[in-house]
Amino acid sequence: MRHAFALRIGPIGFRIGSDWRAPIDQLRSLYRDYPAPQDGVADYTVRLFARRPWRRWLRPSVEIGGDYMLPEAAPLPLRHGLLAAEMAMNLQMALGARRHLLLHASAVERDGRAVLMTGVSGAGKSTLATLLAARGWRFMGDEFVLLDPATGLLHAFPRLISLKNAAIPAAEAAWPDARMGPLMAATPKGDIRHMVPDARAIAAMDRPATPALLLFPRYGDAAAVRPVPPAEAFVRMTQASTNYVALGEPGFTAMTRLIAQVPAVAIDYPDGASGVAQVEALCAAL
Amino acid sequence: MDDAAPGPIYRADPPGGLVVTPLDAFTAVYHRRSGMTHLLTEPAPQILAILGEAGLSLDALLDRLADDYDLADATASALAARLDELVAAGLVATS
Amino acid sequence: MRGAVTDLPHTVAADARLLACALADPGRVMALGAEGWTSLLTIARAEQLIGTLALRLDGLPLPRAVEAILGDARAAAEQGRRAALWEAEMARRALAPLGCPVVLLKGTAYAAAGLLAGQGRSIGDLDILVPRAALDRVEAAVLGAGWEWVKPDPYDDAYYRRWMHELPPLIHRERDRMIDVHHTILPLTARVTPDPERLIADSVPLGNGLRTLSPNGMIVHAAAHLFADGDLAGGLRNLWDIRCLVEEFGTEGLAEAAARHGLRLPVARALRLVDGLFAGGRLAGSDRLCVRRLTARDGWGRPTRPVTRLAFYVRSHALRMPPAMLARHLWTKWRKA
Repeated sequence: MRHAFALRIGPIGFRIGSDWRAPIDQLRSLYRDYPAPQDGVADYTVRLFARRPWRRWLRPSVEIGGDYMLPEAAPLPLRHGLLAAEMAMNLQMALGARRHLLLHASAVERDGRAVLMTGVSGAGKSTLATLLAARGWRFMGDEFVLLDPATGLLHAFPRLISLKNAAIPAAEAAWPDARMGPLMAATPKGDIRHMVPDARAIAAMDRPATPALLLFPRYGDAAAVRPVPPAEAFVRMTQASTNYVALGEPGFTAMTRLIAQVPAVAIDYPDGASGVAQVEALCAAL
Repeated sequence: MDDAAPGPIYRADPPGGLVVTPLDAFTAVYHRRSGMTHLLTEPAPQILAILGEAGLSLDALLDRLADDYDLADATASALAARLDELVAAGLVATS
Repeated sequence: MRGAVTDLPHTVAADARLLACALADPGRVMALGAEGWTSLLTIARAEQLIGTLALRLDGLPLPRAVEAILGDARAAAEQGRRAALWEAEMARRALAPLGCPVVLLKGTAYAAAGLLAGQGRSIGDLDILVPRAALDRVEAAVLGAGWEWVKPDPYDDAYYRRWMHELPPLIHRERDRMIDVHHTILPLTARVTPDPERLIADSVPLGNGLRTLSPNGMIVHAAAHLFADGDLAGGLRNLWDIRCLVEEFGTEGLAEAAARHGLRLPVARALRLVDGLFAGGRLAGSDRLCVRRLTARDGWGRPTRPVTRLAFYVRSHALRMPPAMLARHLWTKWRKA
């Protein structure tokens, strides 16, 4: 492929090939402080390609491909090429991850102990993680967290943080010095802007953490806290994992152990500051 | 005198076929042979425990449940419905 | 940590012969560098042979990153095997009361019988062969046990029932896995008509009530699909299956069995291609064109050699359908594309 780039995020190495230069340049810039894949061999290959040769120049549209592909996925315009690359990497993880139980959650760590936040889109797991990181927590990831079935430890996956709509100004305010990608307006998911995790998050990406709290945040209501019973937590966490079924027995053991050893709490929070305060209070009480 | 044909014998996997982890009112069960996870409530885990030793008819199973687990309010038709669910899930076989 | 992101060269001049060599002679991978490994693993994934590769390379000293990737592939193959054999077991439970022979086909059969061809193999849908006379009862039993039709389109359904070698596609409503119920091994529109009754008569019991084709039957079936059904897409995996079957069972009586089903030429060609791709044999003429098609995959996992691919695609349909049907079918596909 004409343009290519490789990197490692946490334990996972990617190589990205592209028919266009621009997305690769953007990736290279935003991910400049990230390491190379271990031994120079990437775990996953991603391709950004033009379906027909003339589509490279005429109304260029970026198809997403790689080791794992979705047959009916719609292409993106070239100006959203960075988003295409990030989506493609997510797809490889979602369909191919094996070594770890893949949890669709954000996570932050302090003193070796991690808070996982999971929920539907818009619940605010990205925002809460970003705000907590601004208050001194180590950012581990906003989209995926990796649970090692053998050790029960959580591994960070600190890729570019994907901020949507109102979360963009909130993050810009909390992190005025952060490096940001281009503002991509009016994508299928609204306005999107990527933020590079802080230097500490990148430097610490290989340091695992012990899960200490499972949080199910919900944005928009008056502050409330409720413990989540084990069976409900089990169901919600397996639903939050794209590869629970594929892992088989190690996945079952890892998930039941997580539920048995780590408290699960649901919170409603009316705004970011409240949410952060609730998380801090819960962790202080652990 | 009851002269109906004998009913089916219900069988579950032998010991070691399941990983059983009680959660709360629900029990998480990993079925090794299929690789599937099930969330079960009473009396399903008890049924599987009994049938895992040897195959039993519906009536024999009803008696064992009453004896071993004191599930006094179980009826034959309710038990048959639970067994049908377990058969559909692959946890119990009749052949 | 200062960045160390890698700029890769923009082309890797590899094709799937890299994979064929690695499978045939695993020790040769020791000479690979990072770029070669990356290409090999990508090609293996694209050809659905990474699990097989992982088992072939098991025990060799490999770079840690490669070990991790192949370890994942082994685990994936093991879980896939478990799920496939479970589908077979659920089909057995649904069909046991009917008393008709139920013959497992392809990957599930190899795994159920513990064959070399099943080791590390990626297995897709459950394929079974039943006598045509039992088809209605089988359909009813399968529908009664939780499987349902995938497509409700009446035209497709009529076409399927009349011309194809299998029931329209079925999927299990709880487990979300497909089952293909065959009554012969090639479409009825194909010019070659194998003898399904003979295949079933020669089938071998597994001991649990299910059956597989005889070893010669399995080779004949694999060869039939390599040439008479597909456009050789995914053919490398198919050829590796044949290579494993021949290694395990030899070829005694194979030519006669093939001739009985009108598949003497495809089987002979398959054996030549196995020899050429995996045993260093020399190939000539149209065999070389087949190899070009079979190895048309680059180091990024992309299909290559579009002209060759198109030629095989048209040819495969010509073998499956009479000209008028083919024209109509291709017209519809072209309009939808």
